[in-house]
Amino acid sequence: MALGRVVLVTGVSSDLGGRLACRLAEAPGVERVIGVDVAPCHRHLDGVDFVRADIRNPVIATVVAGQTVDTVVHMSVQAAQGRGGHGRTPTKEHNVIGTMQLLAACQKAPGLERLVVRSSAAGYGSSSRDPARFTEDMAARSVPRSGFGKDVLEVEGYVRGFSRRRPDVTVTTLRPAHLIGSRTESPLSDYFSLPVVPTPFGFDARLQLLHENDLLAAMELATLQGTHGTFNVAGDGIVMLSQALRRLGRPTIALPSLALAGLRSVLGPAGVSGPDRELATYLTFGCGLDTRQMREVLGFVPEHSTASALAEYARSSGPARVSMPRAPQSTSPTAEAGAVSG
Amino acid sequence: MAESGAGAEVIPLGTRGRPGRGTGSSKPSSAARNLAAGSPAKKPARARLPGPNHDAATKDREPDTGIPVDDWLNAVTDAAGEILGANWEPRLAELTGFLRRRVAGEYVVDDYGFDSEVTERLFLAAARPLKEKWFRIEVRGAENIPTEGGALLVSNHSGTIPVDGLMTMVSVHDHTGRHLRPLGADLVFRLPVVGELARRAGATLACHEDAEQMLRGGEVVGVWPEGFKGIGKPYSERYKLQRFGRGGFVSAAMRTGVPIVPCSVVGAEEIYPLIGNLPALARLLGVPYVPITPFFPLLGPLGLIPLPSKWLIEFGSPIRTDTYQSGAADDSMLVFNLTDQVRETIQQTLYSLLTERRSVFH
Repeated sequence: MALGRVVLVTGVSSDLGGRLACRLAEAPGVERVIGVDVAPCHRHLDGVDFVRADIRNPVIATVVAGQTVDTVVHMSVQAAQGRGGHGRTPTKEHNVIGTMQLLAACQKAPGLERLVVRSSAAGYGSSSRDPARFTEDMAARSVPRSGFGKDVLEVEGYVRGFSRRRPDVTVTTLRPAHLIGSRTESPLSDYFSLPVVPTPFGFDARLQLLHENDLLAAMELATLQGTHGTFNVAGDGIVMLSQALRRLGRPTIALPSLALAGLRSVLGPAGVSGPDRELATYLTFGCGLDTRQMREVLGFVPEHSTASALAEYARSSGPARVSMPRAPQSTSPTAEAGAVSG
Repeated sequence: MAESGAGAEVIPLGTRGRPGRGTGSSKPSSAARNLAAGSPAKKPARARLPGPNHDAATKDREPDTGIPVDDWLNAVTDAAGEILGANWEPRLAELTGFLRRRVAGEYVVDDYGFDSEVTERLFLAAARPLKEKWFRIEVRGAENIPTEGGALLVSNHSGTIPVDGLMTMVSVHDHTGRHLRPLGADLVFRLPVVGELARRAGATLACHEDAEQMLRGGEVVGVWPEGFKGIGKPYSERYKLQRFGRGGFVSAAMRTGVPIVPCSVVGAEEIYPLIGNLPALARLLGVPYVPITPFFPLLGPLGLIPLPSKWLIEFGSPIRTDTYQSGAADDSMLVFNLTDQVRETIQQTLYSLLTERRSVFH
């Protein structure tokens, strides 16, 4: 590889995708980075050739084959973003059909050597029958039947199929835990920034989190290194939900778990926001990941533990996020709720 | 304040208001001076009038301005000393530190959600009086619990509500300083409040992944292989061990090579004598049984008070599992035999403990 790698990154219009593309463009041994997204990219990506293309469309095959891409980084598998943003259907379409088309294109590209897929730990689901820590070879005890978790299982199914059909391609699948960070918009960070945070009554979930920068570092390492396999990626240690909310200084209100899951669908029109059903289950039982494979085989050591990622998030976005919705009134509910949640 | 009552005039009783042996002047009599020889005349001697009337001395009331601040402080100090013991100041500081940490979330839990601080300070501290005063638990063979490294404690299960698990946890902690990590059925973690408390107290799901992980991590892990069959059995079948699961705990111990410590608990059977069951309601609620005891639900919440039976807990000598070959955990016959051996040991110990106990309550 005298000329270095030609890397195609999907989902570069999202913040994380764009940052990953820029990181890869600067990495040694990478000759060219092609960024693909269906949405227009609103900011300049240094050293990245942006191609606006829909991965749900066979056109993507011409990009993969025509540009002699040897490494594909599939970054655009992600949960529905934004509070009350676009619905589930387009997200699912993008995740599942997009992955199918992309993999079909990859299969036809003879020069392809590596495939790195950002999957998710959401595929493990959350239930009372879960072991404390999931290893990569464990299946979900309560298989996600809808939502992002189901997308993830389907995406991974297609990736396994691709891996069987193209044994010459090194396939790395990363299963990051819930992301947290100052810039990431995730269902969890939306939840944390609610004016009053509803929690499931009588349950205290174990949360294991990953800092957004650590996800980028892990994706970069996997791309440059090319280690075959599936890896959980998460920070060390766990934090209980109640503990996390206390550290963030968030006002809380305990609701029965059923009410928690129904909050959004029933009171959504009235402007009340809450976790969706999938997140509500996660917030009830939580999910722990075994990261020994990540350390020993992939050789990745995250910079942040769960606790320090949370602390970083609290520092960078704590007061600002709370005061976002209604700036003048924000201080008093926070102050009184601090006492309530304590 | 009593000693600084400079303006108070002390008049002995029985003198009809006239000054008696004291003159009432600022200059004490020679007799009074003699009595107060040790102390210089800083304090007015009339405050130390001799004689049997001294204790009954009265003084004029001060202007009614409420209780002085110093008295309040003294009262608070005394109360703190009363509640927290002699060195109450550092203990109070520690307590407020504890509360501050809890409110700020600045405490650490392990991978299973075990919160050692709250377990030691709240759960075990609350269960200890129950152990010592209510059930008067006698612990035997505590030296059989290894002081370090992993060990699997296997115990019988009884009592309608798993109070025996909690009492075993307190006993293990008080005699060895180690935390017993219980393995619970998934129902425990499905129930609100119960599941949260169980995780916080160090429990985790009874599955072989968690069991092996904990044992490899060098914890003392507790299992109750009879499960709901044991805890929800009728009173007439007390002290008859039920089937010991499928022997999963033995293979977990064999894979990790830790010793199995049999534990026999006598007394838990009598705390809530189970005389009936409501299977239809149990199905409706999704729980294994809904108990009827002589006092529950008859007396309502009062029926939840356990009977004060006398308890004996005996830890038997450890059974080694590290002498088997590496594939032994997959040898079903060997696993069943070892399961039976553990079960028999506990059953025999139960019988011998029962003969030792004079009556249910003594």
